[in-house]
Amino acid sequence: MKIGVPKEIYAGERRVATTPDVVAQLTKLGFEVAVESGAGAESSFSDEAYSEAGCDVIASPNDLWAKSDIILKVRAPESDEVARIRSDQTLISFLWPAQNPELLKQLTDSGATVLAMDSVPRISRAQKADALSSMANIAGYRAVVEAAQHFGRFFTGQITAAGKVPPAKVLVIGAGVAGLAAIGAAKSMGAIVRSFDTRPEVKEQIESMDAEFLMLDFEDDEDGSGEGGYAKVMSDEFIKAEMELFAEQAKDVDIIITTALIPGKPAPKLITAETARSMKDGSVIVDLAAEQGGNCELTVAGEVVVDSGVTVIGYTDLPSRLAAQSSQLYATNLRHLLTDMTPEKDGNIVVDMEDELVRGATVCKGGETTWPPPAPKLSAAPPKAAPEPAPVVEKEEKPRSFLSTAIAMAVAGAALLGMGAVAPESFMSHFTVFVLACFVGYMVIWNVTAALHTPLMSVTNAISSIIVIGALMQISSDNSLTMWIAAVTVGITSINIAGGFAVTRRMLEMFRR
Amino acid sequence: MNFESIVPMSYILATVLFILALGGLSNQETARRGNWYGITGMAIALIATILGVVTAQYTILLVALLIGGSIGLFAASRVQMTQMPELVAILHSLVGVAAVAVGYVNFMDPTEHLTGVELTIHDIETYLGVLIGAVTFSGSVIAFGKLSGRISGNPLALPARHWLNLGLLLAAIWFGREFVLQSAAGGGMQPLIIMTVIALLFGIHMVMAIGGADMPVVVSMLNSYSGWAASATGFMLGNDLLIVTGALVGSSGAILSYIMCRAMNRKFLAVIAGGFGTGGGAPAAAGGGEDQGEVVPVDPIETAELLSNAKEVMIIPGYGMAVAQAQHTVFEITKTLREKGVNVRFGIHPVAGRMPGHMNVLLAEAKVPYDIVYEMDEINEDFPDVDVSVVIGANDIVNPSALTDPDSPIAGMPVLECWKGETSIVLKRSMATGYAGVQNPLFFLDNTRMLFGDAKATLDEVLKNL
Repeated sequence: MKIGVPKEIYAGERRVATTPDVVAQLTKLGFEVAVESGAGAESSFSDEAYSEAGCDVIASPNDLWAKSDIILKVRAPESDEVARIRSDQTLISFLWPAQNPELLKQLTDSGATVLAMDSVPRISRAQKADALSSMANIAGYRAVVEAAQHFGRFFTGQITAAGKVPPAKVLVIGAGVAGLAAIGAAKSMGAIVRSFDTRPEVKEQIESMDAEFLMLDFEDDEDGSGEGGYAKVMSDEFIKAEMELFAEQAKDVDIIITTALIPGKPAPKLITAETARSMKDGSVIVDLAAEQGGNCELTVAGEVVVDSGVTVIGYTDLPSRLAAQSSQLYATNLRHLLTDMTPEKDGNIVVDMEDELVRGATVCKGGETTWPPPAPKLSAAPPKAAPEPAPVVEKEEKPRSFLSTAIAMAVAGAALLGMGAVAPESFMSHFTVFVLACFVGYMVIWNVTAALHTPLMSVTNAISSIIVIGALMQISSDNSLTMWIAAVTVGITSINIAGGFAVTRRMLEMFRR
Repeated sequence: MNFESIVPMSYILATVLFILALGGLSNQETARRGNWYGITGMAIALIATILGVVTAQYTILLVALLIGGSIGLFAASRVQMTQMPELVAILHSLVGVAAVAVGYVNFMDPTEHLTGVELTIHDIETYLGVLIGAVTFSGSVIAFGKLSGRISGNPLALPARHWLNLGLLLAAIWFGREFVLQSAAGGGMQPLIIMTVIALLFGIHMVMAIGGADMPVVVSMLNSYSGWAASATGFMLGNDLLIVTGALVGSSGAILSYIMCRAMNRKFLAVIAGGFGTGGGAPAAAGGGEDQGEVVPVDPIETAELLSNAKEVMIIPGYGMAVAQAQHTVFEITKTLREKGVNVRFGIHPVAGRMPGHMNVLLAEAKVPYDIVYEMDEINEDFPDVDVSVVIGANDIVNPSALTDPDSPIAGMPVLECWKGETSIVLKRSMATGYAGVQNPLFFLDNTRMLFGDAKATLDEVLKNL
């Protein structure tokens, strides 16, 4: 099948849906790939580089759309593009079906198969195709870069001949993928980083990045974790306590980066105008939620505004501002999705609605809307932390109930008493020795170091051939059968004695410091 | 000289020496001395018995001792350290045979005349000694076969095997009753023989049903049985030395079995009943086992680079290292890296290999200093600081799903948490699942690199590039 990658026509979009590196890998899957001339120009991928990777470069977008079976895009299609889609085509791009119901309807009516990269389910298997995470990672990094651009001081503290420079203090609100990326970037530039999140499970992740987790002084243990690892709406009291915390922190920190989003809802307003204005002159707020209305009341989407000496950055295109990197990651996400859809590796995609990954991403197929998909079965850990599976299985050591212990003791006691009642004295004295020996063995063996368990086995094996005594007691018998059996037994056990001790000695000789 | 009291005194001395021998194993420094205590104790017991109890057939006795002793010494000097489990298993079987033989001879001995309760108790002791001895014998032979690869390591799952075991047990008890009754009337040989056959079958069936990776439990269990057999024989002969020694060995093996079971988070009975994953675990494993993503292969040159650039390296050996005989190469790599200032340590899981402490012995053979070899509990918390973990031929003992997936057949088993380190390099022959048949998510993690091939050959290659 032919894959076509048109140039993005959304104003200011610099990314492209495939890169020369990825083209080579798509070709291996059996696809033919074509890009529109100049598609990668804004993200530093030249037409020549695409040609060298084995890609057709087609000048006219009309030709490209007409010749392709699969269209890969970054942004959701514009109306011109929607008009070009044919029912036999498959489109894969960001779509935001919840925010764009009209677009979804048009696409459904076109009869084409459309997969939305923003609807890839948050399951472990789908992480490699999770473009939201890879873009959020870039946005978090870029947010720090933007903040540094507008912030008039160093991030790191220094003591120089020209005086002491205090380190910048950065507050990151919301420690999802973007938040954690921002923490990492700010931290590595030398800033003091604090972070807050409504989901208590991310505390560990924040601390693992060497940032300080801000505790909320709030009585109920309210858990902000919603479905799929995202946050949910919190109670009014909680939000009030949260806002007080931010107001207090705003007076102290130099940079605030907000990343608080709740799926399908406008972004929560966490930084009031008053709080923002209370920050020191020269402070910077980067609002990653600007597109969804912003976490700060002063945010203007897509703009940088300065109010009372505080710069508020509301860019909505942060990944696009790091176009080469985001194109590469996005293209790789797309490739992973296509790999999953091409089980035969013959260049023919299969839209398998039984596959949870494909099912989740597909928003319309054959004239029917298939969005929203059924809820994902598992709540994945937040993607950044995925390689670190939390120990879920706690060892449950049930203490044995008093009753069962008592019954066991009673039975054992009764058995001993019963035996004592009938057994002759000679047996009892042997039995005493036996029980005491078991206890001695128990005490001694627990002290044996684990490294010496093999020598322990071979030495116990050697001394258990003390059974030779039994054979020795019998060997002097007049009965020749008895005598011969005993002789053979002596022979066998002496193999054991000599072999056991010798091999133990050999092993122990090897244990050297 | 009055041998009447010298013999018991020597036995007491031997007992004390045996206890000291086991006590000496508490650390590597005293262990060699401990072994000498054991040898001395055995020599004292033998000499005292030969001088004090034996009255005839000295020639045959000495010939038997010499032949047996030289076979033993020969085997001990020839065995390779990777074959230790086999050797230990076959030696256990000899104790089993001896217990059976001594039991039979004692029963046939016409000189003893007991009556009433004493006879009953003596009969029960004889019966138990033969029973445990026979189970030890046949079980150890099968274990030997499995460990040496002569018999397939897969668990043999006969239909209704639990009922079969129960049936054999009940039959053994019933014949025991018959034996006691007939013995009182002067007979009893027939039930004893039938029981011996049953016990042999039971031993075979029990070990056949247990799979390869449960072998550490089996070997320590057989070790325990050989002790109990000696103990039962001691009761039968009224000999305290046998009773004490048997009890020491028996409890030693029992504790080892317990430690091994705990290390796998499994119940002793479940291991003995055999057939891993035949319960509810198998379907879950199959469901979650497929298509977990891509593995990232790595070649020996890159591995060498990763290792040279690391500060903290943890090596996690498994049975695969024993199979490939790679321990010497591992030590060469360790030496080279330590000369470069890399802190190389070893992390040993209690059930790595086929018998308790197997890996320690192999590493000791390769002259790895034992103070850089750590137990799982000692180093598991250090993994976040480890730059590179090298997993050599191990699988289930580094499987994160033991902690994360409650449906996994190995759920709750303590594992070496190497994925918390910077990078893990896993040496493996192929992508086949481990013994438990569980796919290992470790292989698919972003920070895991797979180095495919025979462990020895690839490690030689790595060493060359260091």
